[in-house]
Amino acid sequence: MKNLGWKLAVSVGILLVFLYGILGIPQSWSGQGLLASIQNRIHLGLDLKGGTHLILQVQVNDAVNVDSDNVVTRLKDTLSKRNIHYLDVTKPDPANNPDKIVITGVGPDSAADLRSIVSDTLQEYDLSSSVNDSWTLTMKPQSLAALKERAVQQAMETISNRIDKLGVIEPTVQEHGLGQYQILVELPGVDDPERVKEIIKSTALLEIRQALNGGQPYPDEQTAMSANGGVLPPNAELLHGISMTSSQNQDVVYLISRTSAVAGNDLREARVQQSSSTNMPEVEFFLTAEGGRRFSAFTSAHVGDYLAVVLDGQVREVAVIKSEIGDTGDIEGKFTEQQAADLALTLNSGALPAGIKYLQELTVGPSLGADSIRAGVQAAIIGMLAVLIFMLVYYHGAGINADLALILNLIILLGFMGFSGATLTLPGIAGVILTVGMGVDSNVLIFERIREELRNGKTPPSAVEQGFGYAWITIVDTHVTTIVSAAILLMFGTGPVKGFATTLIVGLFANLFTAVFVSRMIFDWLLGRHQRGQALSIG
Amino acid sequence: MEFFRNPNIDFLGYKWYFIAFSLIFSVAGVCSMLFWHGIPLGIEFRGGTLVEIKFTHAPNDNAIRAAMDRAGLHQAQIVPYGQAANNERLVDLSLQETSEQALDEGKARIIAALESNPAADKADFNNASSLAVANYLLDKDPLHAGTDANQRYTAQAQAIVGYRDKVGGGVLSSFDQLKGAADPAVVAALPDGFYLSDFGVKSASIVGPQVGQQLRGQALRAVGFSLLGMLVYLAFRFEWIYGVAAVITVFHDTLITVGAFSLTNKDISLTVVAAILTLVGYSNNDTIVVFDRIRENLKLMRREKLSDIVNRSINQTLSRTVLTAGLTFLTVLALFLFGGEVLHDFSFALVIGILIGTYSSIAIAAPILVAYQDWRVERNKRPVIGPGAGGAGKRPGNKASGPGSSPVPDKGAKTSVSR
Repeated sequence: MKNLGWKLAVSVGILLVFLYGILGIPQSWSGQGLLASIQNRIHLGLDLKGGTHLILQVQVNDAVNVDSDNVVTRLKDTLSKRNIHYLDVTKPDPANNPDKIVITGVGPDSAADLRSIVSDTLQEYDLSSSVNDSWTLTMKPQSLAALKERAVQQAMETISNRIDKLGVIEPTVQEHGLGQYQILVELPGVDDPERVKEIIKSTALLEIRQALNGGQPYPDEQTAMSANGGVLPPNAELLHGISMTSSQNQDVVYLISRTSAVAGNDLREARVQQSSSTNMPEVEFFLTAEGGRRFSAFTSAHVGDYLAVVLDGQVREVAVIKSEIGDTGDIEGKFTEQQAADLALTLNSGALPAGIKYLQELTVGPSLGADSIRAGVQAAIIGMLAVLIFMLVYYHGAGINADLALILNLIILLGFMGFSGATLTLPGIAGVILTVGMGVDSNVLIFERIREELRNGKTPPSAVEQGFGYAWITIVDTHVTTIVSAAILLMFGTGPVKGFATTLIVGLFANLFTAVFVSRMIFDWLLGRHQRGQALSIG
Repeated sequence: MEFFRNPNIDFLGYKWYFIAFSLIFSVAGVCSMLFWHGIPLGIEFRGGTLVEIKFTHAPNDNAIRAAMDRAGLHQAQIVPYGQAANNERLVDLSLQETSEQALDEGKARIIAALESNPAADKADFNNASSLAVANYLLDKDPLHAGTDANQRYTAQAQAIVGYRDKVGGGVLSSFDQLKGAADPAVVAALPDGFYLSDFGVKSASIVGPQVGQQLRGQALRAVGFSLLGMLVYLAFRFEWIYGVAAVITVFHDTLITVGAFSLTNKDISLTVVAAILTLVGYSNNDTIVVFDRIRENLKLMRREKLSDIVNRSINQTLSRTVLTAGLTFLTVLALFLFGGEVLHDFSFALVIGILIGTYSSIAIAAPILVAYQDWRVERNKRPVIGPGAGGAGKRPGNKASGPGSSPVPDKGAKTSVSR
């Protein structure tokens, strides 16, 4: 039994490594201290500890529209500068084909010029001609995909930023593998999900635009239309807002210029302050150097005009430009302290590149989570104890092997979760149960086979040898089949199904090690101590 | 201790009983799926709104329904949840009622609908967040705290809300219950800003139609591919018919388990799917153990009929089958009995799954091999299974299967001894 030494060393080494995985270095060795370090290392899923699980859809077409709007403006500009005659540059279907731009009225003699403009400055677009001097620009598929993917990545970054600033512990923000352009957000232990949802969702796109009609609002859209003779001035739109003059939160409509003097990315910082006139909370913002320069230029050219602070398409403030303004402004709007703080937070974390729609919200309250942990742990301990005791009763001495192997198996499994940071969820517990079941099974297979060989008159050493030999084939077959199907689940599944597959795969590898290597080692050690031919305690 | 010593049961002789048993349960399940309850899908798969609410007293279902109706939430199903003494209800709204607005407003809409007599200018304590409580306390300042007010009131608010959720089970019926959980001055200040409604929301699931559909498709795809993987591996290690038999067996188990959920009208949620995957793994494990023994015996008993070999193999592994099934069943039963309401459906699936999975490896998987062989023989084809067929798996080499190591137990020889 010369191999026993290193086998023992390997087993103890693995035991220690994975114990460290479960416990880390505990601060104290009291029951409380150990519990705290386990909770620190093993992360429980939202279904067990409570929290909110959100799936949101990034409306990537928004981002495409921003890009193509930009192209339309640039193209018109370039065409005029180069003296190329055109009728119009439009987007026929921004809702469904946000990347499609139609240029009309460019005759055959200007075709070469148009082609060269597109190939020089709009490499991301394809140009195709159709009848009647009309041309169509569409984004190249790979550029379109990249743009959408970038929007999702940016949205994820912005959302993580906001959640971090809210002080949520251990949030998850990741792409949701199931649908296209979806984001999964998990917020453990958040007790006010509605507010967090609001904060995540707010696009926080801040713009300062010129307010037309002398900054005066209309009571509703119809009045606004008829006041303008049924046709809005070019480059203007109607936006809703709250009346600046009335004390009630009265909804009114403003006529606002379409182009913005400064926009979201010109923003440097936002913070809450007390308004000097009304003593209500308001949000003060500061522009970047570049944004400040443009704002100064705009305000000095428009003294006496009105400007509007537009947030997510809502007019928040209208004021007259008395003189040139530098790089600061404020947003009033009857905020509570909390609302003002939340707005400053979203502004500081940057605008979302595209709108967001919620697809799913699952909230597990803390009381429910606490109930399920208590009951689940209790049940698991009762079940495990029953199995451990039964193995001892049924297999006597060999039962100790099985029990040690099972315990080591669980330690490896939990230790792995500690190391990898994987979360333990209800489906994960299903994986653990199957692991325990197959762990018990491996031991039973081996022991029954050893008993059978003993009944056939084998000496204990050769019975052990053959028992392990025969059972090994079966164990490999059962384990590999299950690992193969679990690996496929891992590849094609998401979320909970993945959690199940991960614990199962780790558990089964651990099981191959404990049931075969460790259990065998203990048998060898026992046989080595015994006289040859002496009975083996296997029930 | 030993349960079975040299059992010799003619399992294949009972095959008509097995077929009858399996048919009755499968057909009952399929009938229920087709004509009765359908396949009751969990909220994650079907989409919709499901809110678990705990009341301080036994709730009146009609009053709840009326309140939801007034709020514009029609066709709400109100289902009792858990033990009657818990006073819990599930409010289930169909997908049609789950608009985009509902996804934005979430449970707030249902909470608002259920507030029966809200006090003016006061907030509902049972549905308040610790942040709301902390903000109120900061405003009210009952402790006359100084610079560390924010910290102190946040801690107090968390203690109060924590007590409500962990000790009170989510709802309190009187502010007096909080005495001892937080500073008396703080507790005394609460009734000025809060009132106690008669309910609290324990969990809320709001699922849009898109997500449910995606999840359904994905779960089916994942399971389908993993079964295919299993079939391929078994075909490679044994013969393809073994793989087919294993997959049919697993299908049989899944059908009966899903049928049981349909018959009892329990929802198949994501966790139940995990339980079904577990039973697939378990049943498959059981089947392979028997197959492995058949493969081994085929080499040792070249002259015997396949049905005898299969019978002997089942008998030889019977002791291990019963032990493993019994022990796993024990674990799962503990989960079913003591695991609480959340684990209830999950462990129900496992309890059924383990019984069926054990039964099927004996009653379905092995007989399929024999039936297939008989069918081949009838049609005068070369038998695929057996020593002459080739392709059997690897043996442990010269270590075993010597002339003296016949695995057929010698009757009466008792060599197992205890210390």
